[in-house]
Amino acid sequence: MERILSLQDVRFTYTPDDPDGRHAVDGVSFDMHAGEWIAVVGHNGSGKSTLARLMIGLLFPQEGTVGLFGDTLTEDNLWEKRSQMGMVFQNPDNQFVGATVQDDVAFALENNGIPFEEMTLRVQNALKQVKMDTFLDHEPQHLSGGQKQRVAIAGALALRPRLLILDEATSMLDPQGREEVIRVILDLREKTGLSVISITHDLEEALLADRVVVMNGGRKFAEGTPQEVFLKGEALTELGLDLPFAMRLSALLGEQGIGTEPGTMTERKLVEQLWTLRSNR
Amino acid sequence: MDIALEQVGYTYAAGTPFQKQALHDVNVRIPSGSYTAIIGHTGSGKSTLLQHLNGLLKPTAGIVRIGDTQVTKETKGKQLKPIRRKVGIVFQFPEHQLFEENVLKDIMFGPLNFGVEEEEAKARALRWIERLGLPEGTAEKSPFDLSGGQMRRVAIAGVLAMEPDVLVLDEPTAGLDPAGRKEIMDLFYELHEQRDMTTILVTHSMEDAARYADHMIVMHDGMDVLQGPPGEVFADAERLAEWRLGVPRTVSFQRLYEEGAGLPPGPPALTEEQLAAYLAADLGKGGGAS
Amino acid sequence: MMEKMVFGRYIPGDSFVHRLDPRSKLIFVFIFIAAVFLANNTVSYALLLAFTLLSILASKVRIGFLIGGLKPVMFLIAFTFLLHIFFTKEGDLLFQLGFLKIYEEGLRQGIYISIRFLVLVLMTSLLTLTTSPISITDGLEVLLNPLKKVKFPVHELALMMSISLRFIPTLMDETDKILKAQLARGSDISSGTMKERIQAVVPLLVPLFVSAFKRAEDLAVAMEVRGYRGGEGRTRYRQLKWDWRDTTALLILLAVIVALWFLRG
Repeated sequence: MERILSLQDVRFTYTPDDPDGRHAVDGVSFDMHAGEWIAVVGHNGSGKSTLARLMIGLLFPQEGTVGLFGDTLTEDNLWEKRSQMGMVFQNPDNQFVGATVQDDVAFALENNGIPFEEMTLRVQNALKQVKMDTFLDHEPQHLSGGQKQRVAIAGALALRPRLLILDEATSMLDPQGREEVIRVILDLREKTGLSVISITHDLEEALLADRVVVMNGGRKFAEGTPQEVFLKGEALTELGLDLPFAMRLSALLGEQGIGTEPGTMTERKLVEQLWTLRSNR
Repeated sequence: MDIALEQVGYTYAAGTPFQKQALHDVNVRIPSGSYTAIIGHTGSGKSTLLQHLNGLLKPTAGIVRIGDTQVTKETKGKQLKPIRRKVGIVFQFPEHQLFEENVLKDIMFGPLNFGVEEEEAKARALRWIERLGLPEGTAEKSPFDLSGGQMRRVAIAGVLAMEPDVLVLDEPTAGLDPAGRKEIMDLFYELHEQRDMTTILVTHSMEDAARYADHMIVMHDGMDVLQGPPGEVFADAERLAEWRLGVPRTVSFQRLYEEGAGLPPGPPALTEEQLAAYLAADLGKGGGAS
Repeated sequence: MMEKMVFGRYIPGDSFVHRLDPRSKLIFVFIFIAAVFLANNTVSYALLLAFTLLSILASKVRIGFLIGGLKPVMFLIAFTFLLHIFFTKEGDLLFQLGFLKIYEEGLRQGIYISIRFLVLVLMTSLLTLTTSPISITDGLEVLLNPLKKVKFPVHELALMMSISLRFIPTLMDETDKILKAQLARGSDISSGTMKERIQAVVPLLVPLFVSAFKRAEDLAVAMEVRGYRGGEGRTRYRQLKWDWRDTTALLILLAVIVALWFLRG
């Protein structure tokens, strides 16, 4: 499988002149293959957003390298690499550039000199993929947070990226907005096999990923499939993260003397175990 | 201090092509000392309702009673200030209201505006800085040098230092990480318990409403469609769905379990602890319930 | 108060005027402004007024709404009207009350100037009422394009304008929110001495600036990530289309100008 992203021993500090300054990212390495979905989780200030900025060349590491699509990211190939990536940020308002939905989706296309006829097609298609194609002429102030984030995703998709980075794209949304956005991403993954890196502090969201990287204090605290990572249980809670609902409930049931299989992460699996316990009673 | 809305209506931009009716014949009572949660879909009118609770908006129809003060559309601006001392509001993303050169002054801003003496205001500010768990030395720092979570706490301290009788919270934990969220919600609950402070929580989180509130108001299309304790409100998931609202995860899990086990729906489990106890009782274990 | 402002506001619609290309509307209004000064007698002013009314009808904007929104400007018109009445001392004396003398010429000039003022305000309002700000920006960008040859940053200006327009509602919302948050903390902008009032604005302005800077920073990053590197090599998504309506509108204007020319005294 093609390796599309490769971080090698990346270090970054916002205060390079201060010898005692804290590294926001401190020696992080990991690889990503085409078609993978990786969740980078950690509490606020764990270095996860800095990591996202390093991946797309908004920041350059003081030590280590960031590899994208086979090359090391440099000032020279920055724009070419960026044209193959999309990024959606936290605040739905502050990334809406266009006057209307369609203008905003077209923005990256205009920047990359895509001809007009092609643009209209791509804008339509991208908006269809996020189910916002009936909102072409809507202005941002008349959209909900979830809708704006879906438009931002469409803006990234229109460029047909090989990698989509979501930098806490759901953290400012209400539960409904979050659900809309997650449903769209799940749908995209299934239909297009898009590679996704999602930076989040929501472990329920991380559950959906193929692989989870847990950040703490600028370092990689753990890495593995959601199963492997969530088995650390308590250790994650201590980092200020919240275990998935099913795991919290399992722990509470354990206190009541009801044993469930360790590492039961979904509600479905948990309820099935409880039904079995009940019929064996 | 009771708050009551009687036949309250509110219309934005009345008499223009942009006119919009946000509240429609709302009748609501928030009992003194209660922890009331207001829930509703986006656009249901809950934020317009919130702004009536301390006279930021005057109703275009009906009466708002706050303690023994009445607010109607004729009420003069000057008469509203005493109300605002008694009812404090923590808005969504309250850190956006910080402006002073240091944290101490920012927290003192509210108390000083309401005529609290300088010394007393300072004492209160220092007390709340400590109570909110902000690190030592925060008082002298510029609020803009703090982390997002700390800025949020400073802004909350600024409202609490007014020592209001009623505290209104509008999505106070939006954008915080899980640990920060829980700390802040637990703090508000403690204040409610210790000081018997009437607390009004406007939220999208059914889990928070279920866990903390003892009274709930459901808004839909600018109307109050349901009021009652969480145990009643969350008992009928179908009706909530009509208003585009869900039930807490504990309740949806409980219903799933009951359905598979062939049990009739029991009283909704409002917290994870309650759910675990309920399941344990049904499975014949724990708590001596069997 | 802001809600009733008409000037600079856009009301979506599907009338003949709404569907005109922003370029033709801009050219139209500029030429019209110049043409207004051709009028110098009763017939020509009547023609101007009639033409303006016809344009309003063609735009399907409610006249009541236009008049209601023009109230702040009405004061100015009334003021210039009175100035002319009292200070022009030509023609027959029409009316005298103590030292106040009103002459025929004064009345005539007063009415003429008021009409001139009124049609100018109505026509420009009509432009903004029927053209979305973003279309006006597009039209201006294309019309000013020749200036690029003299290194005038046409694209950058147009982008700045469109982003400012896009953020006006967001910042208005923000102002409202911060104002309410400070009111809830007992801040009071509407009473007290001048000094107190000025001091009361600080808690509003500081957060607004902080937030505007934060937004600008976020926006710049978002634009960079989406490949924005200035106007060079960019294509345009918004295409303007000139059709028969636009040609017709300008031909009608031309006819009016010719008529004005012959009718003027």
